[in-house]
Amino acid sequence: MTALPPALRDGLDLMVTEVCRYSERLVSLRMRAADERPLPSYVPGSHLAVACGDGINAYSLTGSGLYPERYAVSVRLDAAGAGGSVAMHRLRPGDVLRSSRPRSQFAPVAQARRHLLLAGGIGVTPILSHARAAHEWGTSADVLYVHRPGEGIHAAELRELAGPQLSVACLTSREAFGRALRGRLAGSPLGTHLYACGPEPFMEAVLRAAREHGWPEGRLHAESFGAASLDPGEPFGVKLPDGTRIPVPAGVSLLEALESAGRAVPNMCRQGVCGQCALTVTAGRPLHRDHYLTEAEKEENRLIMSCVSRSLDRELEVRP
Amino acid sequence: MTAVTGADAARPVPEGLERFPFPLTEDAYRYSTNVEPARKPVRTAAGGWGTRIIDIDGHYDGELRERAAILQRDPSRMALAPHMGPAAWDALMYCLECLAREYPDRMGLVREGRRFAWSNRLQDLRVDGVIGDDDSVPGGPLTFLAGQIQEDIALLDKREGALWLDGGVVTFASNWSMAFDVGMRFLEIHGPVPRVHEERVITRAHDFLMRMQPGEAYRRTNWSMTVDRRLDVSTETYPEWGSSRTEVLEDPRLPQRLHLRVEVQHLIALPHTGAVLFLIRTYLEPFERLAQIPQWRARLHAVLSELPQDMADYKGLARYRPRLVQWLAGEDTVRR
Repeated sequence: MTALPPALRDGLDLMVTEVCRYSERLVSLRMRAADERPLPSYVPGSHLAVACGDGINAYSLTGSGLYPERYAVSVRLDAAGAGGSVAMHRLRPGDVLRSSRPRSQFAPVAQARRHLLLAGGIGVTPILSHARAAHEWGTSADVLYVHRPGEGIHAAELRELAGPQLSVACLTSREAFGRALRGRLAGSPLGTHLYACGPEPFMEAVLRAAREHGWPEGRLHAESFGAASLDPGEPFGVKLPDGTRIPVPAGVSLLEALESAGRAVPNMCRQGVCGQCALTVTAGRPLHRDHYLTEAEKEENRLIMSCVSRSLDRELEVRP
Repeated sequence: MTAVTGADAARPVPEGLERFPFPLTEDAYRYSTNVEPARKPVRTAAGGWGTRIIDIDGHYDGELRERAAILQRDPSRMALAPHMGPAAWDALMYCLECLAREYPDRMGLVREGRRFAWSNRLQDLRVDGVIGDDDSVPGGPLTFLAGQIQEDIALLDKREGALWLDGGVVTFASNWSMAFDVGMRFLEIHGPVPRVHEERVITRAHDFLMRMQPGEAYRRTNWSMTVDRRLDVSTETYPEWGSSRTEVLEDPRLPQRLHLRVEVQHLIALPHTGAVLFLIRTYLEPFERLAQIPQWRARLHAVLSELPQDMADYKGLARYRPRLVQWLAGEDTVRR
């Protein structure tokens, strides 16, 4: 791994205090600051970028975020993944890991009349955080959580939060979830904001259904995990300020091509979310595929997120 | 008192100027996205400033009394949209923690879960509060905060890809109105500022604020001029101060009456709500005192001579400029 990205450099050393195994594949970790200082509060739906194994993985925090005594994350073992979840599953109390401070990219909307919180599988983690904050501040929320039988890691905690302002339904069949979802999409009061987190097919289905029910884009909030696999794209080339030309083949990201050529770029999420791997474009038109730049910035074509975006032209001129 | 170094080493710095945040760092001034990390120390020709987010100085009691009187006369200086309750608590706790950390001899905060005990020895005050319970602190969280710090407070909510001024306590506004601007977008509020659109200064500031991660704190300075030591030059009180701007032009005491008004603005992404807290601290010093620091006198002369007309107009200082520039150059020719 190259030098730590700024978010980890300015981050925290966290010591694991408890490991709670829910099933073979699901584990929850609780952590405190290794130096025993108070942990920073965080915005509901925040995540930690954690150095684990050979890479950096993002894990959602499951607490409400107000003066947490511990940071808690839950990790699903993904044997086919890059190895981050395997490393996380090996952690034992007393182990220390390097983490960013909590980063907010899935924040509640304070003005929302209600939050419709939709979780699929391990995507329940930021949804639990939102539900806990809604419970603490007395705001209105409606939770639907669909999971495989035996994998409802946070179902019990969610049910405990239920009350007059907060409804919770935990379901184990896709059909039951689909029915419940359609009911909520049709019946939620105007001004409800929808939050969805889960595997990519879950998110696509949820967002498609919401659009079919006429929900405006501004009311839809989605946090993807397990990196949406983008199409490999067309090959192109980049020219650097010193005149060096580097080819970027199909299926290889601009970031990876630069790294292979010994040109490290600060980076973190490698999913087009965190904004750390931005490069300035001095010629050519990027094909933007990130979730970081605003629409206006994408139109300007002054910046490119090198981890996911590519080029419309055969060559781009970029500088760090 | 601190001593000035260099040629004027022998001359003492007038009381209070050591910590004055003199904002001009070059001989020409333009709007820029002049944002830097909070708490970064700055050296000036008279001393230095900038190590703290919240600054308590010798005007503490007087300014808080003045703020209380203004709020009593005109409650519209305080506003808070109903959805901003958690953000107001976030702002209060953030600032109380800052004060307790930065002034441990005078301020204290003990917290256990949602309960906290706040003590402020400057006011002989002790309050036991509960986070989220608005009745547990006098006036509610935002008004209570406004009674603890000299800074004006503005709270911005992030939604729909924009920042919205959805709350605050602003008693020392420099020619704007909290009641008028509340509920507007950040970009709408800054609509009247000249040049910034072409130069994209405000848009870039907006994008920067949208991307701040919770817990991050930055600051910038801004400046203008005010006749006499008057903090409240809001739109609401224009009838009280408007005429002084022309009347002072005939006054031989112009260098004593005309003040450089410096705002130190802190921009803070609050840790639990992500709302943006603007703290606006206003410092006023008469030109007559500032000119006792030779480097400042020279810098003020250079900047004011060069400042483009549209910027001088917006800052409301075009009318003073000719006389001030002459006086700073040591050639004040107005009859005495």
